[in-house]
Amino acid sequence: MVGLSTKSLVRRLFIYLLTIWISATIIFCIPRLAPGDPIAAMISRMSQQAGYVENSDKIIEGWRKRFGLDDTPLTQYIRYLRNLLRFDMGYSMAFFPTTVSSMVKRALPWTLGLLLVSIIVTFFLGNFLGALLAWQRTPKGVKMIIPVTMIFTSIPSFLAAIFLLYVFAFRLHLFPLRGAYGRGLQPELSWEFISSVIYHGILPVSSIVLVSFGYWALGMRGMMITVEGEDYMHLAQAKGLNPFYTLYRYMVRNAILPQVTALAISLGTMVGGQILVEYIFSYPGMGTLIFTAIRNQDFNVIQGTSFILIVTTATAVLVIDLIYPFIDPRISYVNSSVEEG
Amino acid sequence: MLSDQNQKPIVLEVEGLRVYYETPAGDVLAVNGIDFQLYQGETLGLVGESGCGKSTAAMGVLQLVVPPGRIVSGQVLLDGQNLLDLSARELRKLRWAKLSLIPQGAMNSLNPTMKINRQIQDVIDAHLGATSKQEIRDRILELLQMVGLPERVYHMYPHQLSGGMKQRVCIAMAIALSPQVIIADESTSALDVVVQRVVAQTLLRVKEALGVSMIMIGHDMGLMAQMVDRIAVMYAGKIVEIAFVKEIFDHPAHPYSQLLIESVPSLKEHKPLKVTEGITHDPRHPPPGCIFQLRCPLVMDQCRQQEPVAQEVRPGQWVACHVYQSSEAGQ
Amino acid sequence: MSEIDASLSPSLEPVPSTPKMGRLNRWDTPWLNWKFLSGMSIIGLIVLIGVFGRLFWNMDLVYVASSPLNLPPVGFENRRGQQGTWEHPLGTENRGCDMLALMVIGAPNSLYVGAVAASLGISIGVILGFMAGFIGNWVDDLIRLISDTTMTIPSLLVLIIIQALIPQVSLTLMAFLLALFAWPSPTRLIRAQVLSMRESGYVQMARLSGASVFRLMFGEIMPNLLPYLAASFIGSAAGSILAAVGLEGLGLGPQRVPTLGRTIYLALESSALLRNMWWWWGLPTLVLAIIFIGLLLINLGLDEIANPRLRRASG
Repeated sequence: MVGLSTKSLVRRLFIYLLTIWISATIIFCIPRLAPGDPIAAMISRMSQQAGYVENSDKIIEGWRKRFGLDDTPLTQYIRYLRNLLRFDMGYSMAFFPTTVSSMVKRALPWTLGLLLVSIIVTFFLGNFLGALLAWQRTPKGVKMIIPVTMIFTSIPSFLAAIFLLYVFAFRLHLFPLRGAYGRGLQPELSWEFISSVIYHGILPVSSIVLVSFGYWALGMRGMMITVEGEDYMHLAQAKGLNPFYTLYRYMVRNAILPQVTALAISLGTMVGGQILVEYIFSYPGMGTLIFTAIRNQDFNVIQGTSFILIVTTATAVLVIDLIYPFIDPRISYVNSSVEEG
Repeated sequence: MLSDQNQKPIVLEVEGLRVYYETPAGDVLAVNGIDFQLYQGETLGLVGESGCGKSTAAMGVLQLVVPPGRIVSGQVLLDGQNLLDLSARELRKLRWAKLSLIPQGAMNSLNPTMKINRQIQDVIDAHLGATSKQEIRDRILELLQMVGLPERVYHMYPHQLSGGMKQRVCIAMAIALSPQVIIADESTSALDVVVQRVVAQTLLRVKEALGVSMIMIGHDMGLMAQMVDRIAVMYAGKIVEIAFVKEIFDHPAHPYSQLLIESVPSLKEHKPLKVTEGITHDPRHPPPGCIFQLRCPLVMDQCRQQEPVAQEVRPGQWVACHVYQSSEAGQ
Repeated sequence: MSEIDASLSPSLEPVPSTPKMGRLNRWDTPWLNWKFLSGMSIIGLIVLIGVFGRLFWNMDLVYVASSPLNLPPVGFENRRGQQGTWEHPLGTENRGCDMLALMVIGAPNSLYVGAVAASLGISIGVILGFMAGFIGNWVDDLIRLISDTTMTIPSLLVLIIIQALIPQVSLTLMAFLLALFAWPSPTRLIRAQVLSMRESGYVQMARLSGASVFRLMFGEIMPNLLPYLAASFIGSAAGSILAAVGLEGLGLGPQRVPTLGRTIYLALESSALLRNMWWWWGLPTLVLAIIFIGLLLINLGLDEIANPRLRRASG
C-alpha cells in the first residue's frame, strides 16, 4: 500500500549525502591549496610549536602509505574518500600512533549525550514556557520573564559557560570545575558513576539552555498567538470543549510544527556553541578534542573531528526531517491524493 | 411576538441584543438592538449585505464574541434560559449539546492535525462522557452517512478532503449531539455553485430528518428563499423586516427588502440590473431616527426624527418603517 | 464612500462613512520606537568610542608591557593585595595591557567584523535570492540546494579548519570567511519575498508596461524588501560576531590585533578563572553582551516598525 520512494524522500536523502560529500571534499582540499607537501608543512609547523616532533619520519611514512602522496591528486582524493567511508582518518600527529578514529570514538559519546540532553531540555522547556506566555490566564509576573529571557539570548553560550563556571563552580563551590565525572571513577553502570555524570553535566547543559530557551519561548509564544486567531480555534471554542484539552490538542499541537522545523535549522549553530562550552568545562567530548588539536597543530585530528561532527549534525537534521511527516499529516513523503466530491 | 399562524413553541428568543466593537476612534455599533424568535423546527434566514452585522449577531447569540467586540445589553433566551446569565462552565456544558454552529469557511475550521473521526469524537466525549468505543464509532459513521460522505472519510485528515466535503463534515459535527438550534453562518458562501448545491441539499435533508431549528445567515436572497421558512432582513445592525418567504418575495414591505429583491437577477424577467450602494453612514454614529434614511427612496421628515417600531402589516410579516405607521397594525 | 445624492436629503451634511483613525499627535511616527532607538544608541556609542576613544585615552597602553601587571579595576583588590588605580580604571592583564584600551579597540573591531561579514552576506544574498526567485527552474533548485547544505554544516567547524591552516588572518580576512556562512539566511529570505512579490499586482503592472528586469528589481521589489533586509543584516551581523568570538576564543583569528574574543582566550589560557582575575574575561564578556543586546533591540524595533500589528501588541 505504501510506496516509500517518492520525489521528496529521494531529494532529502540526496541532500544528505551531498552535504557529507561536499564537507569531505572541502576538508580534503583546504590543506592542499597551499603549495608543497601538506604533511611536511604540518610537521614543520608542529616543530615550530613544540620544538621537536617525535616520530616525524614514521608519521610521514604512515601518511604516505595511507594517502599515497606520490599519486595524482585524483587518486589521492579517491583513496581519501574510500578511507573516509571506513572511518579511517589517519593518525594523530601529536599522539602518534593513536588513530584519529579511536580518539573520536572515545570523545563522541560524551558530546552526543550532552547535545541530546541540551536539545531536549531547551526545546521542551522553551516551548512550554512559550505556550504559557501566550495563555491569557498566566499571571503578569510570569510574563515579565519575556524581556529577561531576551537578554539571556543575547549572550553567546560559551560566555555564559565561563560565567557559570566562575560563579557556581569557582566561587560558590556548588559544582565541579571540570570533567564529565569524578576523578577515580570508572565508566560503568553504577549509580555512583551515573550520578557523578549528571552532577558534572548540570553546568554545561545549563549554559546552553540558559541562552537558547528564550528564543524558543518567544517563537512558541508568537506561534500560539497566530494559531489562536485561526478558524478552527474559534470552532473549538464553540464546541464547548475542555479548555486544557483545547490548549493542548488544538493550539500547542499546531503551534509546535514550525518550531520543529526551526530546530532542524538551528542544529548547526547549537553544535558549534556546544563545542565551545565543552572546551570551557574541559568536558571530554569533541570540543576539548578540537581545542587540544588546535593547540598542538594536530591537523589530522582537527579534520577528523570536524568531519564526524558535520556528519552527526547532518544525520540529526535528516532524522528530524524524516520524523516530521509523523507529526504534521499534511507533509508526507508518500503520494497522497485529495478526495473529490 | 405572537403569531396565530405558528403555535409551535419558541426555542430561541433574542431581545434587544447589542454588540459593539471598541476602536480607538469610538465604538462601532455592529448590532444595535435586534429582536426575533426562532420557533421549533423552523429555519430562519438572516439576510443582509456585507457589514450589516449578521455574523456578529450570530456570534452574539453563540456567546462567542471576541474582544474588541463585546455584548453591551440584551437577552438571549435558549429554552427560557438567558445565556448571558450563565457562568462560563454552565455555558460550556450547553455548547454544542443544545446550540451548535456550522461555520463560515470550513476550509480552516477543521484542526489540520486531527483525523476527522477524532474531531467529531471530541464533542461526544466532552458532552456525553462515558460511551463505549463501538457506540461512538457507529454514531460517527451514521453521521457521515447522513451528510452523504463515504465511510473512508472516517480515517482521513482535513487536507485530504475537498471544500464541499469539509463543509459537510462540519455539518455532521454540528448535528452530532442532536442540538436544539443550529446556526449556519454563510455555510455555502465559500464554495462554487455546483458544490454549493450539494451542500445546500445536504443541509435541507439533515434538517428534515432531525427536525432541528436553524438560523441561516447569508447574503444571497435567491439561495435563501429555497432553504428557509422565514426571512429576517438586517440593515446596519437592525432588523428591518421579518416575514415568511412567500410574503417577502410577493410583497416586500420595507424599502430595503424591496431593493434586495429587485437586485436578484431573474431568468424569466428582463429587468435592468439595479446596483445599489453599500451602507453609507458612519457605523459609530448612526443617524437619529430610521437607520435606513440615507438610502431610502421613500424617506420622509418623520424618518429623520423618530425610530420606527416594528409592526405586523400582514399576518406573520413585521416591518419597522414609518410608511406603514398610518395603516392599521396587525390585521 | 460616495457623496450622498442631493435629491434624497438636501438638509443633511455628508458624513464620511469610514471612521478616521487619526494620528494622536505629530510624534506618533513609527520610527520613534524606543527599542529601535535604544539599540541604535548602544551601537552608536560603541562606534563613537572606537572613532574618538583614542582622543581621550592613551592608546599606547594597549601594547604589551606598557602597564603594571594584573591590576584589578578601580575599587577592587586582587589576590596579591594590590588596589586598582585610576590610571588603569578597568585594570590590566598579565601581559601588561590596559583593559580600558583593549576594550576601546576591541569593541569596535567586533562591530567591524559583523558589519563587513553581514554586508557581504547580504550582497550575495540579494543577488542569489533574486536569481532564484526570478529565474526559477534549475537555477532556483541549485541555489536552494547549496544554501540548504551550507546552513546545515556547523560553520564553526569549517572555519576552524580553514583558520588552523592560515595562522595569520587579518580582521577583514576573517570577516570575509565569516561571510561564507552568512549568506544562506538572507538568500532564503530574499528568495521567499521575491517569489511572493513576483506575482503581486504592482509587479505585474510594471512588467506589462515594459519595465526591464533591472527596473523591476530596484524600482518595485527592493523598496518593499528594505525592512526585511535591514532585519536580516542585523541578524547576520550578530551571528557573524558570535562566530568570530567563538573562533577567537579558541585561539584562532587575528593574532596581532586586539579583539574581545582573543582577550578572553588569553584570559582562559592564563587560568584567569582560578586566579580570580574576573575582570580579564568579565569585561570583554560584558561588552559583548551589551553589543548583542543592542543588536537585538534594533532587530525588535525594526520588526515593530515594519509590522504595525506588533506595535499594538507590545504597547
